[in-house]
Amino acid sequence: MTVDLVTAVLVIGVTAYAVLGGADFGAGFWDLTAGGAQRGARVRGLVKRSMGPVWEANHVWLIFVLVIFWTGFPEAFGAVMSTLYVPLFAAAVGIILRGVAFAVRGEAATIREARGFGATFALSSVLVPFFFGATIGAIASGQVPAPPGGGDPIDSWTNATSLYIGVLAVATGAYLAAVFMAADAVRAGLPDLIRAFRARALGAAAVTGALAIGGILVVREDAPDLYDGLTSGAGLVAVIGSVIAGSVTAALLWRGRFGPARFTSAVAVGAVIVGFALALSPDLLPGVLSLDQAAAGDDTLIPLLACVVIAVVILVPSLTLLYRLTLRGTLDTEFRPIVAADREERP
Amino acid sequence: MPALDLLGGALSALGQANFPSVDQDYLLEARQMQALSLGVHIPLVCFGISFPAIVLFVEGLYLRTGDPVYHQLAKRWSKVMLILFAVGVVTGTILSFELGLLWPEWMAKFGDVFGIAFALEGVSFFVEAIFISIYVYGWDRLSSKTHFKMGIPIVITGFTGSMMVIAVNGWMNQPTGFTLRDGEVVDVQPFAALFNSNLWHELIHMYLAGFIVSGFIVAGVYALARLRGRRDRYHRVALIVPLTVACLATPVQLLVGDWAARTVAENQPTKLAAFEGLDETTKGAGLTLGGVYVDGETYLGITIPDLLSLLAFHDPNATVQGLDAVPESDRPPVGPVRNAFTAMVMIGSALAALAAVYLFVWFRRWRLPRSKWFYRAVVIAGPLSVVALISGWIATEVGRQPWIVYEVMRTSEAVTGADGIPIGYATVAVVYLTLAAVVVWLLRRLARQPVERELPAEVGR
Repeated sequence: MTVDLVTAVLVIGVTAYAVLGGADFGAGFWDLTAGGAQRGARVRGLVKRSMGPVWEANHVWLIFVLVIFWTGFPEAFGAVMSTLYVPLFAAAVGIILRGVAFAVRGEAATIREARGFGATFALSSVLVPFFFGATIGAIASGQVPAPPGGGDPIDSWTNATSLYIGVLAVATGAYLAAVFMAADAVRAGLPDLIRAFRARALGAAAVTGALAIGGILVVREDAPDLYDGLTSGAGLVAVIGSVIAGSVTAALLWRGRFGPARFTSAVAVGAVIVGFALALSPDLLPGVLSLDQAAAGDDTLIPLLACVVIAVVILVPSLTLLYRLTLRGTLDTEFRPIVAADREERP
Repeated sequence: MPALDLLGGALSALGQANFPSVDQDYLLEARQMQALSLGVHIPLVCFGISFPAIVLFVEGLYLRTGDPVYHQLAKRWSKVMLILFAVGVVTGTILSFELGLLWPEWMAKFGDVFGIAFALEGVSFFVEAIFISIYVYGWDRLSSKTHFKMGIPIVITGFTGSMMVIAVNGWMNQPTGFTLRDGEVVDVQPFAALFNSNLWHELIHMYLAGFIVSGFIVAGVYALARLRGRRDRYHRVALIVPLTVACLATPVQLLVGDWAARTVAENQPTKLAAFEGLDETTKGAGLTLGGVYVDGETYLGITIPDLLSLLAFHDPNATVQGLDAVPESDRPPVGPVRNAFTAMVMIGSALAALAAVYLFVWFRRWRLPRSKWFYRAVVIAGPLSVVALISGWIATEVGRQPWIVYEVMRTSEAVTGADGIPIGYATVAVVYLTLAAVVVWLLRRLARQPVERELPAEVGR
């Protein structure tokens, strides 16, 4: 019972990070692909304006996931860290580069500085979700051997499923970001950017959808157990839920209703993650360690759940306040395209 | 490398569990990588725990007086606060990763014992991230009173967050809240682990260090401006506030330091012996002030008889345990520990002297010191306080070696078997060097922007 609850908390944390953190990484993807300094200036301006007040809070979900993972399932955490240290370390370095580059790019005063920081921010925004995705893929496809000791540092995450989930994570983030920023462009009253992000959102939805369907074949070949879990029982229900939410999102985007699309797109992504968890259940490391075996004792899990309750009591109103102020535009900075040699007004 | 031999040394027969350890040729590199990451993060933490309180104090002055100078200052500082927080967020993330990446066996064995502290730290950090955004982006958008209130959670969570991390560190130095049975961790009591006997003195010591470091660094910036002739009201306030904070905290820190040392004497006598370079167990041990410790000898130090016994146990005849009380494989590398400890104490004393000068002039004559040398001293006090801070952490953490969990698990039993440690270490080093350059460049640029931008605007536009 306690194990189930802690597992649920972990899945919620991963989902929140994938949706909120993923969208911030996706914003970096659109920054990367926005085109030359002049052409991409307005897109980059909106990226900065949208992420500014929320990215730090969104990032904390990652810390939350790590903490729940190592406290609730210490043995599995040790095993994952002993095997998948290459992608995890790469992601961690990417997180530093992205965070710092984002924080300082507004201060850039010359073309070269702006390009340097912008490129660092955008490139690491693509690499981090890829490596996290590959890590999830490696865990889900049973690449982490039983502790102690570790698996192969490279082969463990370069199988087809891991690479595929890595690519899917990048695409998913780009999709979410496009939907969210289309809505932000509406709030900012910038018709050209509404059009730009609507097109990007629809395109990303198509690509992500195609990837999801094509990927099923990859998973069937590479990780049959995972495939079975995703195509039967509760896993299948989640996958179908994701397909429905994705289709609804596409329709909403088509009709320009970006506010509701925010939520349905998040549901589409969240359902996939829940589906993965259901497909793996009752295992945490497939074939090696079940959730029950990996879990800490109730002596730890009950206080951990108590902490989660405290967290909910404190965080829900705080986050509500942050997102309400954000969506109401109270925390918006003036929209400024990011062009070289222009120093944006900071708050 | 003697330190490595020491750490890789055979297990002693003291009755601790023998955890299986992997063959790791790069244990020292792994430790250095962790130390480097901590060394970058800890000064940022100082700003995280103390700067919001200072900023909020100045904003409070604005609310009371309506003087726009306070508004300008608080707003300007809050931007610095946000940048340092952002950098702290990412350097802190690296740390969470490294705990697992470098020490997976430690996390696997004990993650469930100290994890609760990190969970609560996560909550604090979350709240801090939320309100720091609202606070910094909310200037002139929220009503003045609401805006001020949005700053309060930042101050509180900065304190609670650091408290939880320090609880884990205190626990590593004095592991409680679990039982070892046949090498398995059983009967876990997370809250007993959290509230270990090291928590309070370490917490207060670090909290004060936060105010000292950020106080002196910020004051140093404006002391430099004053030396260059900027004496307007804005710069005067910007100097007085952080300088007063730092100068009030420094003398108190000496007392807290004494409390910390006495706790170490009681709980970790080997560590205390390393602090003082005390080879043999001695009755009425003397204290060597200053000096440099090389290969078992202290050069240039002044030894005062009986003082160590007096300080550690409040009795000049007390017996102080020396390094010889434990086998060589259980001793920390004395050189770095003793030298770091000395550096911290010397710098701390010098800063306290500087603080005494300032407080004397301030409360006696009700003005700032006039000597240029005072302001030059304030300029170097900032960097020196960071050296003292890092030295203190080196003393206590290298002094904990060869244990990761004191007298329970060796660092060599916790380390990963991964052989890419030198690559990771080099990567982190390059990234952090770049990062340091960028942050300095950025803060200098921010300092050059005209202050007029920070004037209060009409609320609710």
